[in-house]
Amino acid sequence: MSARADADALAAGLADATVSEALGEVTIDVEAAQIAEACSAALEAGYDFLCDLAATDYLGFGGEGVAGYWASPAGAGARDINHPASSGLGLVVRPPGTKRFALSYQLLDRSARPARRLRLRTWVDDGEPVPSVVGVFPCADYQEREAWDLMGIHFSDHPHLERIFLPEGWDGHPHRKDYPIGGEPVQFSDEV
Amino acid sequence: MSALSDRRTLRYPPAEVLSPIPSVLIPPDNPDTMLINLGPNHPSTHGVLRLVTTLDGEKVVGLHNELGYVHTGIEKNMEQKSYWKAITYAPRADYNAFFANELVYCMAVEKLLGLEVPRRGEWIRAIFTELQRIHNHLIFLGTGSVDLGGIALLFYCFRERDRVLDLVELAGGVRMHPRYAQVGGVAEDIPVAFDREARSFIKEMRARVDEYEDLIGQQPIFRDRTRGIGVITPEFARQMGLTGPNARASGVNWDLRAHEPYGAYRELQVQPIVFDYGDVYDRYLIRLHEIRQSVDIIERALDGLPSGPWIADDRKVVLPPRHELHTSMESLIHHFKLVTEGYRVPAGEAYACVEGPRGELGCNLVADGSAKPWRVHFRSASLVMLQSVAALCKDVLLADLIAILASLDPNMGDCDR
Repeated sequence: MSARADADALAAGLADATVSEALGEVTIDVEAAQIAEACSAALEAGYDFLCDLAATDYLGFGGEGVAGYWASPAGAGARDINHPASSGLGLVVRPPGTKRFALSYQLLDRSARPARRLRLRTWVDDGEPVPSVVGVFPCADYQEREAWDLMGIHFSDHPHLERIFLPEGWDGHPHRKDYPIGGEPVQFSDEV
Repeated sequence: MSALSDRRTLRYPPAEVLSPIPSVLIPPDNPDTMLINLGPNHPSTHGVLRLVTTLDGEKVVGLHNELGYVHTGIEKNMEQKSYWKAITYAPRADYNAFFANELVYCMAVEKLLGLEVPRRGEWIRAIFTELQRIHNHLIFLGTGSVDLGGIALLFYCFRERDRVLDLVELAGGVRMHPRYAQVGGVAEDIPVAFDREARSFIKEMRARVDEYEDLIGQQPIFRDRTRGIGVITPEFARQMGLTGPNARASGVNWDLRAHEPYGAYRELQVQPIVFDYGDVYDRYLIRLHEIRQSVDIIERALDGLPSGPWIADDRKVVLPPRHELHTSMESLIHHFKLVTEGYRVPAGEAYACVEGPRGELGCNLVADGSAKPWRVHFRSASLVMLQSVAALCKDVLLADLIAILASLDPNMGDCDR
């Protein structure tokens, strides 16, 4: 069976799952609440290895001047950490009907020849909890903590959801598109 | 492998995935234990890794990692640069395996662009992938043996490492982060002298690897300290996401160069080296064997190096040859537009992966149709492998913890990015 046919069979067992194929990669989009279930189903279908978990912030995706803050409608002001446009949403308009963040789980079946890869993708809004897949793939532990630390994705039943790179008490999640760049607040200044 | 059929006594039981937190060994509630911070400034932590260990006597009963000391926001920085400028950032992540990082990023961009790399470009890329694999494994062997008290090997390994950097300098112009891989191929053709220099290096390296094997493989203290500890089973490797030499030392027959061949590996036919015991000693030895294998691949690649262009001829993506700028107005315009604005990449999401020296190195790239990447995410093998340190070090002696950590070959620049 082709990777596409495998994915179709897998998606048939999941509610609201859509399969797409681009650039030779097969993607199944699933509801956020179903991601752990989808990973278990994929594990049973032979995709027994979780390679990667990548979180992407789609805030402002596809808008005018989308390539970073320097070209955003808020203009040079967005570089200033104290500028009102720097906090919260609304720097650039994103297409309606889409959620803000995407989580891409790269799964791999090494026993098949040729090996099969599958991307499970789920879309979440800010603050929306995502079930953790640590119970299915223990190696998701650090990768989910990375997505929480840098992108602010909340994994609801992760056993140890703490910041992994940045210090505890850091303000904000720096890989988000509305995190101000071009300046850095002085951290821990209240401790002096 | 024949060298491994000898019997070894298991000093600790094979590692099992910890529960409830796979990456944390929770210490027992015992007032007699002692909390020890290993690192971040400790020579055996290979950068700035901090291991928070709880000791009961000399036995490790609690352990978790503190990461992020060299987090520099490389992925975020790459979003602010046009595609061709962002290549410079990628090798700064894993500074020992610099070429693999820039290569995997370029491969992801090429996938989105649908750009074909000419055959010679692919082969030159393979030569440099293998050169930096040797570079990385030499640093691993040198620093790893220092961790176990063997200072001499460090100097031998760094002597050969310098030869690798000489070759990189010859082709790429600088020694460590040459930005030699480009979208579409490589920046320059290899110079005429490269073939001669590389072959002399191959000859020397073959003899040296045998010396290294004698130095550590037959050394009684080294054998005693590394055999039968830190045993990884294939199932543990699968669950904890271990790839590359760490998994192959445990009998996992998985090598992207052989099983999902990319570029020149489609023709070079790499046979994965698989060991079956999965202890610290095997993880040292497999890297020695991989150096030999890489040397062989380089020799075969030099023998069969195809002629022709080394970079794609797409003027909307690749800079025109320098000499054309003096004679062709079109080339000058292309050059100017590419340098000032960069090229636009069609919107989409692509995952490219290569067999890096530490395992699968992936790049998940999201493009929005503009001249800058929307999101670059690296699948860092070091981040994933560090999760298993706690499980591997359960109830081991502190001295063995050092050996186990070194044998995994984490790189903190790769981990923290």
